[in-house]
Amino acid sequence: MRIAEPDGHLRQHLRHWLEENCPPAMRMPMAGEEDEVWGGTRAVFKHPDSRLWLERMASRGFTAPTWPVECGGAGLSPAQANILEEELRHLGCRPPLHSLGLWMLGPVLLRFGSEAQKRRHLPPIARGALRWCQGYSEPEAGSDLAGVRTRAVLDGDHYIVSGQKTWTSHAAVSDWMFCLVRTGAESARHEGLGFLLVDLSSPGVDIRPIRLISGESPFCETFFDDVRVPAENLVGQPGQGWKIAMSLLEHERAWISRLGDADFTREEPLAVLARRYLGDEPGPLRDAVQRDRMAQVDMDRLCNASAVRLAVESMEAGHALGPESSVLKLQAMELRQRWRELKVELAGFQGLGWEGPGFSAEELRITRDWLRSRAHSIEGGTSEIHLNIIAKRVLGLPD
Amino acid sequence: MGLLETTEQESLRETARRFMRERMPLSHLRQLRDGRSSDGLSREVWRELAALGLAGITIPSRHGGMGLGWTELGVVLEECGRTLAPSPMMSTGVLGTTALILGGAPAQLREWLPLIASGEKLLSLAHDEGSRHAPYDVGTRASLGPDGYRLQGEKVLVLDGHIADAFIVVSRTSGSLGDREGLTLFLVPAQASGLHVTRTLLVDSRNAARVRLDDVLATPRDILGTLDRGAEVLDPLLDRARVALSAEMLGSLSEVFERTLAQLKTRRQFGAPIGSFQALKHRAARLHCEVTRTRAIVTEAQHALDEDRATVPLLASATKAKASDTFLHVANEAVQLHGGMGVTDACDIGLFLKRARVAAMTFGDGAFHRDRFARLRGY
Repeated sequence: MRIAEPDGHLRQHLRHWLEENCPPAMRMPMAGEEDEVWGGTRAVFKHPDSRLWLERMASRGFTAPTWPVECGGAGLSPAQANILEEELRHLGCRPPLHSLGLWMLGPVLLRFGSEAQKRRHLPPIARGALRWCQGYSEPEAGSDLAGVRTRAVLDGDHYIVSGQKTWTSHAAVSDWMFCLVRTGAESARHEGLGFLLVDLSSPGVDIRPIRLISGESPFCETFFDDVRVPAENLVGQPGQGWKIAMSLLEHERAWISRLGDADFTREEPLAVLARRYLGDEPGPLRDAVQRDRMAQVDMDRLCNASAVRLAVESMEAGHALGPESSVLKLQAMELRQRWRELKVELAGFQGLGWEGPGFSAEELRITRDWLRSRAHSIEGGTSEIHLNIIAKRVLGLPD
Repeated sequence: MGLLETTEQESLRETARRFMRERMPLSHLRQLRDGRSSDGLSREVWRELAALGLAGITIPSRHGGMGLGWTELGVVLEECGRTLAPSPMMSTGVLGTTALILGGAPAQLREWLPLIASGEKLLSLAHDEGSRHAPYDVGTRASLGPDGYRLQGEKVLVLDGHIADAFIVVSRTSGSLGDREGLTLFLVPAQASGLHVTRTLLVDSRNAARVRLDDVLATPRDILGTLDRGAEVLDPLLDRARVALSAEMLGSLSEVFERTLAQLKTRRQFGAPIGSFQALKHRAARLHCEVTRTRAIVTEAQHALDEDRATVPLLASATKAKASDTFLHVANEAVQLHGGMGVTDACDIGLFLKRARVAAMTFGDGAFHRDRFARLRGY
C-alpha cells in the first residue's frame, strides 16, 4: 500500500477500513495472556476471529506499518503509523500480533541486515507465519552478555554452532532464534561476538522448558550440538554482534515497558479487588494503609504511561531512545512487581492458593502472577545492570 | 497533540532561563534573606520580568497578556524553580490571574488583568486556615448585612500576602465547616478597613503572611464567580495551582539533582571520583528515574489542562503528589551525597531542601493527594 495523501484523508481512510475489517470480537478487551496471538507454525488462536484479524491486517502491511512494502510492511511514515495506532485505539482493536520478530528483530534487520536477509525474514514475521525467540543469556553469562561462550566456527559456507543458551523465553513454541554467538576469541569479549539467525528445526538443537517457582515454564534451556547454520544467516559482520545486540535491547526495553502497562488495563482494577476482599461498603476503604499503597501504585502507573508516551513520541520524531530505555524497563518492571504483591496482599487468604478447590481461577492467577513477577527485575537485564547503564550512559558517571 | 516541546516553547524556556540566571539567581534569594528585605522580593526585577511578557503568560492578549497555555506557563515556572526565584509568579501570575479568568466579571478582568501583566499590581489568595491544606475547611464567614457582606476570620500561608494589592478571600456564606457548598470568593483590596496582615518568615525564605479579617466590608460586586458556589472556581483554580507549583518543583528538583550529579563527578575520595562507587551510582540512577517519572506526569498534566481533559483533577493530584514526594526525596539525597558540605548554609543544597518542605505542603502534600486521588478513583 502506497500512501500519498494528506493525514486527514488517511485517517478517514483507515477508520473506514478498520470499521469494515476488524471483527467485533476483536474490539473487546483481552481477558488475559491467553488471548494474545503470537503467530508461528505452532500458533494458537483462541478465537477464530483472531486469525482473520491477523490475516486482514497483515494483508495491508498494518502489522508492521513503517516497514517497506517489499518487506511485508505498509511503507508508512512514523507520523502516519501513529495515525493508524490512534485509529486502532479509537476503535478499541486488539493488537493482531504479538511478536519479538516485529518489535525487536525487525528494526535490527532493517538497520543492519542485508537486502537478502530483509526480503527473506521480514515478510513471514509481518504475517505472523514464523515466531522468533531471543538467545542471549547463557548459564555462565546471565546479565554479563559479553561473557557469551556459545561458539560458531566457520566451516566452508556454514557455521558450526555448539553451546547452551538459557532463559530463552518461549523457545519451545518458536521457529527461529536470533542469538549472540562467539565467532572470535574468548578473550576478545565484546569484539568476538556475532549476531546469528538459527532455524530451531535444525538437527542438533534441543530445547527443554525450565520450571519456575510459579509452576510455569515460559523459559527454556536451548542446547546446540554442532548445529550447521548457513553463513548467510549472520547479520552484519562477525565482530559486530555486540553492537547489533545492544541496539536490539533498546527496542526490547521500550517494548517491555509498553507492554508492562497493557496488563494494567486488561486486569480487574485494584479498587474492585480491594472492595471484594476487604469487604468494605462504598466510600473510602477502611484500611488506610492499603488504600495509600494502592494510590501510589495507581499514580506511578500514570507516571510510567506518560513517560512511555513521551519516549514513543520522541522516537517517532526521529530521536533514538538509547540508554533511556533502561529507565523505562526498570520502572515498568518494578512497578509491576509492586502491583502483583499488592494484589496478593489485598486478596488475603484467597491469594495463597496453589490449585483448586477453594480458590477461583482468578485467585490462583493472582498467586502465580505474583511469583512470576519476581523474575521481572532479573529478566531482560537485572535492575542492577540497568542502574549501571543509567549511571554510566545516561548520567555520565565515571567507572 | 504530542507531549514533546515545540520550538516556540524551547525559545520561551531559553528566554526565561537567561532571565532567571541573570536577574534572579540563587544569590538573589540569599541577598533578600540576609538583608532582611521587608518585601522579600524585588519589585523592580518583577517589572523587568513582566516587560518580557512572562508575568501575563496565560492572560488573554486583549488584556495585555501573551495568551499562552499551561504548558508554556509550566516552562517558565520550571526555570523559576531552578534558581528558587523569589517572585509573585505563584501568587499573582498563577493564583490571582487564574481566579480572575475563571470567575471574574468583565469589569474585574478589565480592571486587574492589564495591571497584573505589566507587573504593577500583585494579588494573593487567602484560603487555608488550619495547619494543613483543606480546601473546604473554611471557617471565615461572610454575613450579609444592610451595607453588604461582613467578612470575619483568619487565613494562613497567604502567599505574598504582605505585599499584595488585593486578596481573593475564600469565605463561607452558607453551610458548615467541610462542606463544598456554601463557599464564596471575594476580591478585597489590601487597604480595606479591618484587614490585618502579618508577614510570616518561613523556612524557605519565601513570602507568606497571616491575614486576619475583622469585619471587612465587601459588596456583591466584589464576588468572583457565584454566591455559595465558589467551589466551582476554587476547585479548578487549585488544580491549576497544583500543576503550576509542580512545574516549579520540577525545575527545582532537576536543578538540585544536576548539582548533585556534578558533585559525584568532581568530588574525590579514596583516590577516585565518588561517582565511580556503585553504591552511589545506583542511588543517582534511581533518582534519575524518579525525575523522569515526575517530568512525564507534569508534562501530561499541563497538556491535560490545555486540552481541557476530564481527567484534570486526577492528574493534578497525581502530579502534585509525585512532585512533592520526588522533590523531598531528591533534596534529602542531595544533602547526603554532598556530605558535610550539604548541611552548611554556604552550600545552596540546603536552600532546595527547605523549599521542598514548603512547596510540598502548599496546596496539599503527597498524603493529601493520594487520599484525593483514591477518592476520585472510587476507593
